[in-house]
Amino acid sequence: MNWSDRIAPAVKAIPPSGIRRFFDIAAEMKGVISLGVGEPDFITPWHIRESCIHGLHRGYTSYTSNYGLLELREGIAKSLHKDYQVTYDPRQEILVTVGVSEGLDLAMRALLGPGDEVLVPEPCYVSYKSCVTLAGGTPITIPTNVENEFRITAEQLEEYVTPRTKILLIGYPNNPTGAIMSREDLEGIAAFALKHDLIVISDEIYAKLTYDGTHTCFSSLPGMRDRTIVLNGFSKAYAMTGWRIGYAVSNVEFIAAMTKIHQYTMLCTPITAQIAAIEALKSGEKNVEYMVSEYNYRRRLIFNGFRQMGLDCFEPKGAFYIFPSIKKTGLTSLEFAEQLLMTEKVALVPGDAFGESGEGFVRCSYATSTKNITEALERIGRFIESIKK
Amino acid sequence: MKELLECLERDHTQTPEQLAIMLNKPAEEIAALIKKYQDEKVIIKYQTIIDWEKAGVDNVTAVIEVRITPQREVGFDAIAERIYRYSEVRSLYLMSGGYDLSVTVEGTSLKEVADFVSTKLSTIDGVVSTTTHFMLKKYKFAGVIIKDEEEEHRLVISP
Repeated sequence: MNWSDRIAPAVKAIPPSGIRRFFDIAAEMKGVISLGVGEPDFITPWHIRESCIHGLHRGYTSYTSNYGLLELREGIAKSLHKDYQVTYDPRQEILVTVGVSEGLDLAMRALLGPGDEVLVPEPCYVSYKSCVTLAGGTPITIPTNVENEFRITAEQLEEYVTPRTKILLIGYPNNPTGAIMSREDLEGIAAFALKHDLIVISDEIYAKLTYDGTHTCFSSLPGMRDRTIVLNGFSKAYAMTGWRIGYAVSNVEFIAAMTKIHQYTMLCTPITAQIAAIEALKSGEKNVEYMVSEYNYRRRLIFNGFRQMGLDCFEPKGAFYIFPSIKKTGLTSLEFAEQLLMTEKVALVPGDAFGESGEGFVRCSYATSTKNITEALERIGRFIESIKK
Repeated sequence: MKELLECLERDHTQTPEQLAIMLNKPAEEIAALIKKYQDEKVIIKYQTIIDWEKAGVDNVTAVIEVRITPQREVGFDAIAERIYRYSEVRSLYLMSGGYDLSVTVEGTSLKEVADFVSTKLSTIDGVVSTTTHFMLKKYKFAGVIIKDEEEEHRLVISP
């Protein structure tokens, strides 16, 4: 029996995540220094973990409202207003999700019909295109380049927009490039969205990890609040990846539509994670500041290291990734990553895992100790010297 | 420069060159600042935190609550100095509340610490009383968890 014939065509059509194969090799090796991890190396701050334990003691083990605990939604509304001066009604305009990943899936399923097109700038997070496809839409990828520091411009987007374009999906600060968009940059994109009457889905999970200037929330731009779904969460800033908790904010109708799917598929985000998130918002700022300053030190260290090695590399201004070009070596991204892993035991992710325009680059995460970064840089330097010979 | 001091407090083995990169300042400026802080005794000393139990070295530590009679002109300081000059004393704080000085004393045996308290500390003029508490277990010291069982559980590669 060939069971694979029974799998839904839409699922068959999407490729497995590009980093999977690489993971299988790296996971079995001993003594590997990994710059391939897309999550903080910090453990969730203790006060947050403790609040969850306390919640369990008090018997918080039930379902919550589909939208999430009201206290959490109120906390989210307050923090968004404080950080970006955007106002959302915690009762109707905020949905607590199982990470940004669920939020993205819900947004796509709530909005897309067959043939609807979604503009997806690349390189981008691995799930973007597949989420569009699974929701029945068509992803239209737009390459960004290092010359423009992996930002998008309205002029560029104009080339790809069609009457079927419905959504623009952006993610800044960006995984994998570390690029950010300034308020000015985003204003151009907002004008483009308005001109073509597009909905913007803005994945802002790395918002707090911005090292140059301040992050601009897309929905804070004039006229953008109601046509934007902002996706955010607790994973990166509060080191809470495994808790799986995020949120979506938008207009009443969009949130209601997303909640309809959420209530039938997920029901609610685990209450344990919601209780922890309430505490994170209440008194997590000091820890966030500490972690951000640590990432910033490491960012400078790794950026300097790659420059000294002679690799072309633009300075990342957000998230915890750096995206050096390895074109000079004459190897493809995958060859570079594989050979580096085999000879020097440093794991990183080939850039093409994040889209075709990521070819010629590798993603290095600096969410690891300075000791690891220093050692990894030494090994990478040695590897580059060895292939020159 | 608070950031530099924080970095050094966490790990003083980092070179000025590395600190300069991390703090985005010229290496000479960082080296000069470190020297200045050392000269001005802002940086008092670099120390290593050792788990003596693990090293197989026996140690006894006691925290002693000391009540004293403050003296005219010098208050608590003169008596405090007579106490902290002893090499057995690891730390000394002036406290608010039910007693005046908190003295941490280290020795190689219970007897050694007890002798110090009875023959040296309690005989100092102005010391009214002492209450000795022997430490049974050290969990955290100088901001560092002694036996930290938290481990990294991250996957080697993740998106």
